[in-house]
Amino acid sequence: MTRRTRLIVFAVGAIGVGAALIWGTAGAPPFGHYRGPYGDVFNRRAVPERHATNVINAITFDYRGIDTVGEEFILFAAVMGVTVLLRRQRDEATPRRGDGDRPPWRPSDAVRIAALTLLAPAVLLGLYIVAHGTLTPGGGFQGGMILGAAPLLVFLAGRTLLHPRRDPMGPLEFGEGLGAGGFVAIGMVGLIATGAFLENVWPLGRIGSIFSGGMLPFINVAVGLEVGAGLVIALYEFREQTLLRGRG
Amino acid sequence: MIVLEAVVMGLVAFLGLAVVRTHDPLRQVVVLSLFGIGLAALFLFLQAPDVALSEVTVGLAYPVLVLLTLAKIRERER
Repeated sequence: MTRRTRLIVFAVGAIGVGAALIWGTAGAPPFGHYRGPYGDVFNRRAVPERHATNVINAITFDYRGIDTVGEEFILFAAVMGVTVLLRRQRDEATPRRGDGDRPPWRPSDAVRIAALTLLAPAVLLGLYIVAHGTLTPGGGFQGGMILGAAPLLVFLAGRTLLHPRRDPMGPLEFGEGLGAGGFVAIGMVGLIATGAFLENVWPLGRIGSIFSGGMLPFINVAVGLEVGAGLVIALYEFREQTLLRGRG
Repeated sequence: MIVLEAVVMGLVAFLGLAVVRTHDPLRQVVVLSLFGIGLAALFLFLQAPDVALSEVTVGLAYPVLVLLTLAKIRERER
């Protein structure tokens, strides 16, 4: 294709997309003016109905909870895909253990001190966000991501990502499976007890207390476990790939 | 507040363009991280702290996967 034809094709496409965009945004409500009824309905009803002050958490794990179960299994499948794709091939040598599992660079003292100082606060923040999912912004997903990223700080500090001699995959895979299965199991409890998947059967608790929201805190913990363990598995698989040496 | 929103929105547009215009993957990861922080700030100013938190945590892990991939590719090229 010559430069001229490419320009013509681009121009036609750009004009088309531009026109569609202008047409689409012209009918949109003005910036900052929310029209739809659903947000207002949730804002009014989530706290009295679910005792969860973080309405978003009540929506994602309860009102549209079955959707989130599907999302969780997208993540589960993605981690499984990474594990399968990055498995050790026949022509790849076993990775060197011990020193070889450390990052190939020598981190500066500043990086090491910063990473190791941040480690404990990061773990605490992750646990806090998981535990307070029903109360304040955040929840199982965000807290789990922070918890899963904590081993990265150890890695940045020049240490092994995980224990060099013990195989970490067993407990990690167990944790991921437990988290993903736990969410479904919690939903099944509702299905068996009331006839509706994820229907709440646990006492709702006092509004604003950490054990409020009925089954929501349990779901936050399950999702946190799944996301955190899944992230570490993915990171570990990527890390191990950089250690494998091709034989040929 | 509307000025602040406009400024952050402009910043996100600028950083988004910068991500596309950066061709070296190593530099692109750095610019992408900045873009992620800008996007998180925009979500925060638009009163969506939940989404902002998600953006920050995803932006935390994703660059590392890219960096590890680059380490593997460059080692193979050597």
